[in-house]
Amino acid sequence: MLTRRLMLQRAGALGLLAAGSAKAQDLLDLGFTGGDGLRQMTKAGDFAQKSEMILLRTRAPLLETPMAVFDQGVFTRNDKFYVRWHWADIPDSIDTATFRLTVRGHAEKTLSLSLKELMALPRIEYAAVNQCSGNSRGFFAPRVPGGEWGNGAMGNALWTGVKLKDVLDRAGVKAGAVQVRFNGLDQPSTPDGPDFMKSLSVDHARDGEVMIAYAMNGEPLPLLNGFPLRLIIPGWYATYWIKMLNDIEILDKADENFWMKTAYLIPDRPFATMTPGEAGVKMVPISRMLPRSFITNIPANAKIAQNAPVTARGIAFGGDCGVQTVDFSADGGTIWHPAKLGKDEGKYGFRRWEASFTLPDRGSHNLKVRCTNTKQEVQPDQANWNGSGYMRNLIETTPVEVV
Amino acid sequence: MRMLALLALIALPALSAEGPTKPLKVDLSNPGPTFTGPGSEPVNNNCTACHSAEMILLQPALPKAAWQAEVTKMTKVYKASISEEDIPAIVDYLTKLRSPGS
Repeated sequence: MLTRRLMLQRAGALGLLAAGSAKAQDLLDLGFTGGDGLRQMTKAGDFAQKSEMILLRTRAPLLETPMAVFDQGVFTRNDKFYVRWHWADIPDSIDTATFRLTVRGHAEKTLSLSLKELMALPRIEYAAVNQCSGNSRGFFAPRVPGGEWGNGAMGNALWTGVKLKDVLDRAGVKAGAVQVRFNGLDQPSTPDGPDFMKSLSVDHARDGEVMIAYAMNGEPLPLLNGFPLRLIIPGWYATYWIKMLNDIEILDKADENFWMKTAYLIPDRPFATMTPGEAGVKMVPISRMLPRSFITNIPANAKIAQNAPVTARGIAFGGDCGVQTVDFSADGGTIWHPAKLGKDEGKYGFRRWEASFTLPDRGSHNLKVRCTNTKQEVQPDQANWNGSGYMRNLIETTPVEVV
Repeated sequence: MRMLALLALIALPALSAEGPTKPLKVDLSNPGPTFTGPGSEPVNNNCTACHSAEMILLQPALPKAAWQAEVTKMTKVYKASISEEDIPAIVDYLTKLRSPGS
């Protein structure tokens, strides 16, 4: 553990204390190598509709959810749900009376739907994990540039809305349609910068699960999470979950916009892994998530009493399917025991797990947790690497000290 | 235990979802920090036009070539209008941020 003085020194070196307002108690260490995982915590209200968050960037906002929040239950509170925007030109107000969702392109007719009209369509609701493609990027070795997240660029919410399929069917997708492209109200900060847009195949868009959500955990979405409408693609990375969704375009050819063709590409290999500097690797757009699991009640370097019964607990998710099993190891991964799983709130959401253990020997020990999903995919014990810092799903290790 | 039960209750979503029926206005005006000190002018004039300084301050220690690539990405891909003559000074400033002796 860093001492308070050392934390302040390092924060000063990082330029985090420039305004002289940050104090050691406002700092949190994400545990990256080299000590540069130090982050300032925001205060409630520093960012609209958000309470205390880990600050990565003020403009355009990048706010991370502290791991302790995930210990409070499988649903991540809206005021603690992480925030990620590419461009800073984000509308600060939405008039719900005049807002319209447009559906256009390779369709029988163009739609311009009010929120009232949209909410009159049949309602669907499910839990789903929203995880940034670059969640955990700060743990990559060697390090890569980008949003230097710890493990909190993720969250699970109960999403309520309408089927994208129902909306597309009202517009009437014409034969020959290939992809459906989604755009939100955020705009590039530069005159010719690429507007942030993402596309799905027509079949995926019409699968009956992809949702246009108007509520998150029973309430309207916070503006920074996409008020008034957000696209939900359960099981897929958050890059596709367009916020402030106001435009749907049905395309008769593949989308070649920058955010599909050039950005958010991964090595076309298991775990999206490659060697640093490796040439000629086939790259494909990122898509489905992989299983992950975390201990949420025991922080790194916690002290544990010798021979005392301890309960570890946390969250797991399967990726694009449910959780089959969660295994726990108190000896660094030699012996694994199945953890007890909590209530299933839906295959795309977080699942609680719990495991009891005792450690008879003093000294340093590593706790590990491992999720196997219902497709029998298991978290790996080797870290992946790619130049963008995407898709980390290594088995997590929590070092503890038995005293 | 009582505390835990209470937290679980708070974390449970409401049973019937409320949609966006009321207009929403929030304050997004905080520009965030800029850079100070010698050499910071071209960085403030260019980089922090689009994003606040933390994005740069929280990067890992990167070699000069990596910072050069970042600046090139900002101009070529994101179309930041950075004048050619400012680029060497910007790259130099960014490289020295995390390795002041170099």
